[in-house]
Amino acid sequence: MNELLRRALYLPPQSSSIARGIDTLHYTVILTTLAGVTLAAAIAAVFLLRYRRRTPVIPLTPQVVAPTWLEVMVIGGLLGLFCLWWVIGFAQYREIQRPPADAIPIYVTAKQWMWKFAYPEGPTSSDVLAVPVGRPVKLIMTSRDVIHGFYVAEFRIKQDVVPGRALTAWFEAIEPGTFDILCTQYCGTRHSWMRAQIVALAPNDYARWLDAARAPLALPGAKGDGQGLAERGREVAAQRGCLRCHSVDGSPFIGPTWAQAFGHRRKTADGRDVLVDEAYLTESMMDPRAVIAAGFVPVMPSYQGVLSPAEAAAIVEYIRSLRDVRPVEPVPPPAGPIELPASGTRSSP
Amino acid sequence: VTPHPAPPSDAAPPDYLRAVPGIRSWLTTTDHKRIAIMFLVATTLALMLGGTFAMLLRTKLLTPEPGFIEPVTYNRLFTLHGVVMVFMFMVPAIPAVFGNFVLPMMLGAKDLAFPRINLASFYVYLSGAALTLWGMVHGGADTGWTFYAPYSTTSPTDVAPVAIGVFVLGVSSIMTGFNFIATTHMLRCRGLNWHSMPNFVWSLYATSVIQVIATPVLGLAVLLIALDHALHMGIFDPALGGDPVLFEHLFWFYSHPAVYIMILPAMGVIGEIVPTFAKKHQFSYRALAYSSLGIAFIGFLTWGHHLFVAGISQLDAAIFGVMSMFVAIFSAVKVFTWIGTLYRGSITFNTPMLYFFAFVYLFAFGGMTGIAVATTSLDVHWHDTYFVIAHFHFIMIGGTLTAFLGAIHYWFPKMFGRMYPERWGLVSAALVFAGFNLTFVPQFLLGNAGMPRRYYSYPARYQVLNVMSTLGAYLLGVALVLTLVYLLVSLRWGARAPANPWGSRSFEWRSPSPPPVHNFVTLFDPRQGPYAYDRPPPDEVPPVSA
Repeated sequence: MNELLRRALYLPPQSSSIARGIDTLHYTVILTTLAGVTLAAAIAAVFLLRYRRRTPVIPLTPQVVAPTWLEVMVIGGLLGLFCLWWVIGFAQYREIQRPPADAIPIYVTAKQWMWKFAYPEGPTSSDVLAVPVGRPVKLIMTSRDVIHGFYVAEFRIKQDVVPGRALTAWFEAIEPGTFDILCTQYCGTRHSWMRAQIVALAPNDYARWLDAARAPLALPGAKGDGQGLAERGREVAAQRGCLRCHSVDGSPFIGPTWAQAFGHRRKTADGRDVLVDEAYLTESMMDPRAVIAAGFVPVMPSYQGVLSPAEAAAIVEYIRSLRDVRPVEPVPPPAGPIELPASGTRSSP
Repeated sequence: VTPHPAPPSDAAPPDYLRAVPGIRSWLTTTDHKRIAIMFLVATTLALMLGGTFAMLLRTKLLTPEPGFIEPVTYNRLFTLHGVVMVFMFMVPAIPAVFGNFVLPMMLGAKDLAFPRINLASFYVYLSGAALTLWGMVHGGADTGWTFYAPYSTTSPTDVAPVAIGVFVLGVSSIMTGFNFIATTHMLRCRGLNWHSMPNFVWSLYATSVIQVIATPVLGLAVLLIALDHALHMGIFDPALGGDPVLFEHLFWFYSHPAVYIMILPAMGVIGEIVPTFAKKHQFSYRALAYSSLGIAFIGFLTWGHHLFVAGISQLDAAIFGVMSMFVAIFSAVKVFTWIGTLYRGSITFNTPMLYFFAFVYLFAFGGMTGIAVATTSLDVHWHDTYFVIAHFHFIMIGGTLTAFLGAIHYWFPKMFGRMYPERWGLVSAALVFAGFNLTFVPQFLLGNAGMPRRYYSYPARYQVLNVMSTLGAYLLGVALVLTLVYLLVSLRWGARAPANPWGSRSFEWRSPSPPPVHNFVTLFDPRQGPYAYDRPPPDEVPPVSA
């Protein structure tokens, strides 16, 4: 039944873990729509035939007012049905929006008119995204120029990719294969050619591919020189002066420490409680005054236009890699006056 | 205010078409009927222009590979198609043409409350249209009619004239809107209270409220785009510290209610056609009237459903989703009431009724697919694909254009004093319906299959459905040209129309066809209402001598 309806409606194969559930709602909504509209049109057609004028003289017609019970039934029934779809659809939407905790992060940068992918292990690729089957993959996406749209029809996922922001999407491929990534947000002359591919590989193949992709990075002089993305982030953070204000070992400084920050909740100056994630970190780099961490003075300048999206992603990955660093215990200042050794009492030979 | 009394002589007053001859008298007229005719000419030209662009786009899409036009040209053409159709045809079509013509007559008034502002709104419309089209010829914006930043603020093409042209068109729309509101409040004739106004007036009133409240936000947004593009002010461009999603919010704050600006008058037309040809009082007058207001107000709270994949919060998505479900209920109430009106009527089946039948089917299906795309998880798959294009065109063509065609046939005798040929009318209405379905049903399936909108070149697997859609578009085009031809022929050679060829009880039919300059020669008693088909027609009040 699923296969029949899927083909009848020209839907692509269901290749992600969420696709089947979404299609089931799709069938329900569309079939109900067709049935309801056909019923309405059929009633109208029956009335047109049954009550057509048979005499040349215009007769008087009774004034029939819709009975309240009928109106309440129609409105209540439809509203109930619509709200039911809304509840189911929204539950699915939350699932689409919330990546599982164990998802593999991959950084995506869109620009006119190509897609670039960066893996935490170091490799990068253009226009081909290799992923393992059976494991959730979380995409952390940003754009270098205008808004693009990341769309994989077989996975039933889509996310606008907005410059200056990091937005996430996730999927879990359930079968090996090659799937088109299409740009859905109009982005200029070559918009319709801004296509890339996802290659979903069996876990073993994926591990082999990843090793092969990392091999050239280990060669001396290669870009990144065998570094992972986090390592590159550490370098960028040092070059750009981030570490002049942010510590990486938990010690207090001008800005909040990066140790044990990612994935934790943080108090803000205006009393809210925010989750430190990719979106928060990217926003803090690009628009530092949007959210101020409690206890800190807003002195950080914006890095909008200074950091490239790839550099921002590398820094985020670096901060992520510090999520489990045990912060050093701040040494309590000693109580009482510090006793300095008295001068001039050196024993001299 | 009472209608103008008849002149003391026995001679009938000259009709508005012939009262003062000469092209100059037309261009400087403040007669709402003449302004309506000028708007009819202008919007029909806009429809032909926008339709021509659509034909070029569809012709390109016959093949997946690059075709007879360049990608930039294609992008400019779909921008033009959208801008011309939305801002120059759909928004003004029914209010500025049929609203202008019949609203004062339905209220028993001699004209709109501000006749000169009405004329000014026409020239403002022409200026906006001229500026937009000049901008298109001169630089040619390629942003799409949605002007999304930061593409629109950094596009190499010339965006500013088009954006400012849209701003000026918006001013015209606001002028029409508040003129209608003032007229409805101030110029109802003696004895005509709110609940005995024809239904079309309620629709126009609700439309006008949206026009007056929402259009300034569009004006603001497109003006900021023009400034951002010309002066790099960094309002929406994140490279300069701006926020592109803010533009999406501002744009849809207007443009979603704008969909109701385009469809509410169409619903009003249907609300007139059905009682007239069913010879029947509406199934529920108040349900039709209040649902128009409901759409106007709830319609302001649904814009965020265009942003489900733009990165809005889940709470926002939840609220905008459920509000979209609520607004659909009002439309459902209307469909229910129109169909109920047929029950136990005495129905004549002719061209306007065929358009009514097409409207019910297409609008109901288009509306239900609106529910589908408002279901958040389903929208993730459909967003920015041809499914949304098909949904939108079901409402805009299946709804508004169908009602526009219904309206032109329905009021043609009143406006021009001639009848249209019924047989040709039925044939072309059937062709419009067939061509429409062949064009847009395949687009629903293309959207399901995952073809994104605004694609110059597409993967080859989508070709079969694209070819079907293009053939449907050609059929639709032929049907529309056929309609235009026989209507133009009828202007001169059609049979003379009596004052009330349909036997309608609505007020505009109580004047001769075509009406005299001041609309009525006799007073009428509006207290029976415009739909009293259960009683004999009221005796006309004898003319008051001067």
